[in-house]
Parts: sequence; structure tokens; C-alpha cells
Amino acid sequence: MADQATFADEAMQYAPQLYSGAVRMTRNRSDAEDLVQETYLKGYRSYHTFTEGTNLRAWLFRIMTNTYINSYRAKQRRPDETELGEFEDLYLYKNLGALQDASVGRSAEESLMELLPDDEVKQALEDLPDNFRLPVILADVEGFSYKEIAEMLDIPIGTVMSRLHRGRKAMQKALYDFALERGLVTAQPAAAADGTFGQDNGR
Amino acid sequence: MSDDATTTDTPVISDCAQTLQELDVFLDGELSDHQHAAIRHHLAGCMDCLGAFDFHAELKIVVAQKCNNDEMPPELLGKIERCFGTDFDGDGQIG
Repeated sequence: MADQATFADEAMQYAPQLYSGAVRMTRNRSDAEDLVQETYLKGYRSYHTFTEGTNLRAWLFRIMTNTYINSYRAKQRRPDETELGEFEDLYLYKNLGALQDASVGRSAEESLMELLPDDEVKQALEDLPDNFRLPVILADVEGFSYKEIAEMLDIPIGTVMSRLHRGRKAMQKALYDFALERGLVTAQPAAAADGTFGQDNGR
Repeated sequence: MSDDATTTDTPVISDCAQTLQELDVFLDGELSDHQHAAIRHHLAGCMDCLGAFDFHAELKIVVAQKCNNDEMPPELLGKIERCFGTDFDGDGQIG
């Protein structure tokens, strides 16, 4: 049984990560502060149920995700099970790839880092409906495994995977649209619409 | 892994569509060792797929970094710590 007296010593180190995650969830700095505070209070109260030696960070994120779903999501009155449009696979890659090739001598990471401003990446993520946004936050920002995410959201692993796939695609579409708005790229049809590179894959 | 294991145990994926289908799960580190090896084997010989995998690997890093840099208000830690030890609702329990 975990000792409540050591909770602060063990758990406070995760506050900055929880805060960033909370801002992505609530899309709002003041709600994020409240959410983190509530998470710690709940964690403190139920610390005796935490199994020592297991992942405390994942335990705290689970509390935070549940708290968000149960109180903040209702408050924000956003549609719950919103569906996303269908976008083709590799959308951003096909449309930004040429631009990247032009930036000779830079790694893909450097050019994407420069091509995509922080605000646009955050916006693209925050604009996703909750059922897609939460898995993307937990996987791509916080680095949790499919199994951990399935437990936090209480959905099957297959659902985690399909929501991640579709959420990421929608995010890439949004990033591409931002690049279009900035005049960074000009609209052009992507090379292939079937998620391949145009060769016959015997579909 | 020995050559024997490679030829007998590793499923060979020569199909680009099949490889790209595993892109997410590969980059998430959730494929079995066998499947992972099969994808790597395909990528070693296919520049098209390698380009796509590289792009998405970098994109993953960019998203993680850019969505995880919000500065926590410095007073939040103090606020949280003051909660520990306070019985707000008078039920005899902390919080």
C-alpha cells in the first residue's frame, strides 16, 4: 500500500507534463489548472489504492483523463461521438513531400519543425473531436502504449488503434490546410488517392 | 537473428500497400518482433516506403515536442501542495 505521506514527493514531478496534457484536453489554461489540481487531490485521496512499483505517471494520467471525461467534457458541451471526414492516407506526406525535398541539406525533422508553427500543431490537435483527440494526446504527446490508453479510456485496443489512425489523418489534413492558408503550398491533387504510391498493388 | 531465422521465420512483405498499412503500429512500437523485422526488411529495399516512414517518424517527434511545451503557471505547484492537508468539505478527510 502506498503511503499518503510520500505522495507529494513521488507525484509532484509529473505536474508540468500533466499540465501540458490538461491544456490539450481542456483547450483552456484556466480549466487546465483546475483539472491538474483536481487530479492531484483525487490522487492524494486514493493513493492507498496505487500499487507501488507500477507506473505512477500512467496512474495520474488515468485519473486526469477520467476527471476530464466526467466533468469537463460535459461542461464544454461539445458533441461526444463526432465522426471525422474520410481523408486519404499519407495526406500530408504526399502534399508536403515535394516542399521538403526542396529544402536541401536539412533533415526532415528540421524542415517539419520549421514548416509547422507550434500554434498550428496545437490547433490541429485541439480541433479534433474528443473521441479522437484523447487517444492522440495520450499516444503522440504523452507516449502511452495502446494497452495503457485502452485502460485509461475504457475502450478496446482495436478502437484505440482506429481512432489514432483516423485522428492523425484528420490532424494532418488540418496541418496541410494551415500551410495552404499561409501560402506555403499551392493546392494540387495528391499523387495517388489509394494510399499507395501509384503502382498496382493487386487490390 | 541468424540467416536461417530470417528465411524461415520472418514473414516477407514485398507489398507496399501492406507495408504502409502497418506504418502507425510500426512507429508506435507496437508490432511483434517478427512483424517489425518484416517491415524493416521491406524498408531496406524500398525508398518509397522508407520516405513515408521517415516523414511520419519525424512528424511524430514534431507533434510531441510542439504540443508539450506549455509552461505551467509557477503558483500551481504551491496551490496543489496547500490542498494536501486541507479538509475542504469538513468530512474529516483531506480534500
